[in-house]
Amino acid sequence: MPEPLADRFTPPREATLRRSGGDRRHPTYVAFVIHRVSGLLLALFLPLHFWALGQAISGEAALEGFLRWTDNALFKFAEWGLVVLLAVHLAGGLRVMALEFLGWRARQKDMVAASAGVAIAAAILFLLNVG
Amino acid sequence: MWAVQRITAAFLGLAVIVHLVTIMLAIRGGLSAAEILARTRGAELWFGFYVLFALCAGLHGAIGLRNIAGEWLGLRGRTVDALWMGVGLATAAFGIRAAWGLYHA
Repeated sequence: MPEPLADRFTPPREATLRRSGGDRRHPTYVAFVIHRVSGLLLALFLPLHFWALGQAISGEAALEGFLRWTDNALFKFAEWGLVVLLAVHLAGGLRVMALEFLGWRARQKDMVAASAGVAIAAAILFLLNVG
Repeated sequence: MWAVQRITAAFLGLAVIVHLVTIMLAIRGGLSAAEILARTRGAELWFGFYVLFALCAGLHGAIGLRNIAGEWLGLRGRTVDALWMGVGLATAAFGIRAAWGLYHA
């Protein structure tokens, strides 16, 4: 059976990677999935965040009541998760912008690693500061 | 849509860094309404920043959802795009309302 046309013009290693699904394990693909999932979760959370901050319209007492209601371990963990999502999406977005606007195509794996580093730093800083 | 997504992303790149630094500083020793409102009330420049932040976040989030809905659910077209822009602007308005509450109420 003849080889598929596309594979005849594809370097052997890339063709092997595609057949084995290896490209889905590439750091840039993992970074794409993480960026998408974090963005999806943040977009769904945004109206809830605005609703919570909007408590201030009803006055200081309403906002204080909401803050005391959320002052427990479960909400602190959720807040930490949101900060991590925000940092992950920010770092991934900066990587995409560097790629699209500055043409930084070299050392993509290093860029993904740097993005992960930024997100981990934000996660640790939040834990160090949370009261 | 592509251009709006990139323009808002460029602003959000800076704004989210500012937001994360603010969060790290604000959570030290816990949060209280009195402390938050003492910091926000009358700070017009910060109010302007958060209005722009809410606008960009609302639009950026809605366009992101539009892209995902297009790819995963096949929801595409001008009418769908207009609806997503409506979702983005409504979310932004909700955020600007919250910022008004924090800075002026």
